[in-house]
Amino acid sequence: MWPSAFEYERPETLADALQVLAADDDAKALAGGHSLLPAMKLRLAEHGNLIDLGRLQELKGITTIRDGGLKIGALTTHAEIAASPEIRGTCRALSMAAGLVGDQQVRNWGTIGGNLAHADPASDPTTVILASEGTINLASTDGERSVAAEDFFIDLFTVDLMPGELITSIELPNLSTYQSAYVKMAHPASRYAIVGVCAVLQRDGDTCTRARIAVGGATVKPVRATGAEEALVGSSLDAAALDTAADALKADIEEWLIGDMSYSEEYRQDMAGVYLKRAVRAALG
Amino acid sequence: MKVKITVNGTVHERDVEPRTLLVQFLRDELGLTGTKIGCDTSQCGACTVLVDGRALKSCTSLAVQVDGSEITTIEGMADGRELHPLQQSIWENHGLQCGFCTPGIILTTAAMLKHNPSPTDDEIRHGLEGNICRCTGYQNIVKAVKAVSAVRAGAD
Repeated sequence: MWPSAFEYERPETLADALQVLAADDDAKALAGGHSLLPAMKLRLAEHGNLIDLGRLQELKGITTIRDGGLKIGALTTHAEIAASPEIRGTCRALSMAAGLVGDQQVRNWGTIGGNLAHADPASDPTTVILASEGTINLASTDGERSVAAEDFFIDLFTVDLMPGELITSIELPNLSTYQSAYVKMAHPASRYAIVGVCAVLQRDGDTCTRARIAVGGATVKPVRATGAEEALVGSSLDAAALDTAADALKADIEEWLIGDMSYSEEYRQDMAGVYLKRAVRAALG
Repeated sequence: MKVKITVNGTVHERDVEPRTLLVQFLRDELGLTGTKIGCDTSQCGACTVLVDGRALKSCTSLAVQVDGSEITTIEGMADGRELHPLQQSIWENHGLQCGFCTPGIILTTAAMLKHNPSPTDDEIRHGLEGNICRCTGYQNIVKAVKAVSAVRAGAD
């Protein structure tokens, strides 16, 4: 299949990329291309000018920042994230999620920045970035700004990213005192998340002192499950507490549910409760 | 747009439309039809090639994106008349019937074995999630990959 014709530019620096994006209303940023190109081949999307970010070395790689947090360049691939010892040490859930995106070939090319900008409801990393209380750093010719993940994901395929803006990096706080996990119910053919749950937990002895839970796949965008978090904090994360939290989670995501002909909203809502329990157990294990 | 892409050790310079997919470049421009177009929607993996050693679905990349890269396709795997060990092993273990998925399977597993020379069955299956075979099932493909890694371990 051929996408419709477009112009193509390959800037060597971020400044040049921002200039061309600002100058052309029909310009679209191309990162790994593993969401954009399939959409363009199916003619679900048409863009007059693709700006290939592939050579922007300044947007690649993982670095440690203040207080032991991590900064992940927007063009870092899922495969690089899955293989990174720093990510595994700081936020195991992100390591797990990155390793579950698509398949090996897709993980080799798909980038975290592209993934967040696209915000597919069935994405895996978006759910973890929300639960981890990450920050998305953006740049345009007007300057830079940072948006908390909580505010970044607005609705279905809709994020706080203005025309002419690029995601430059994602920052994660230091989560080394937390235990975390991401688990998903993968579509048997596409491997997309039917339900994905991320649990980020802190414990004092057996007692859960902090809990951050996010759900994706079942919802139009990644959603924090604050009711479930309240049910877990103060508990010993025993079976009864997990039952209560699962019920609370189903209410938390009620307004954002998404379904299709194979997996209804009600089914995904139920499964989200099941996968919450699995996520908590995986985080502790 | 002018591109310079090395395929199986040979440098090719061509002037292509930006929307040319890598798989179209390989098949239509260079005549290397060993790389197959299966689903054309990034799922089946029949179009998998190596780009600077990394497995890529060539239906999901523009040729211009890999300008300057080194590509390996199925045509670059055998050494003259000597089959690549993965080709030999898939033959010996009956890891194919129609053979349409086989080039992609071989390139994907070649990349896998480079990073992980002795994968477990689970690791092989996880590594092959992006390659769909509709004839044999995966049993003999996994067996073939295992056999290669066992021979290599014996040689070390």
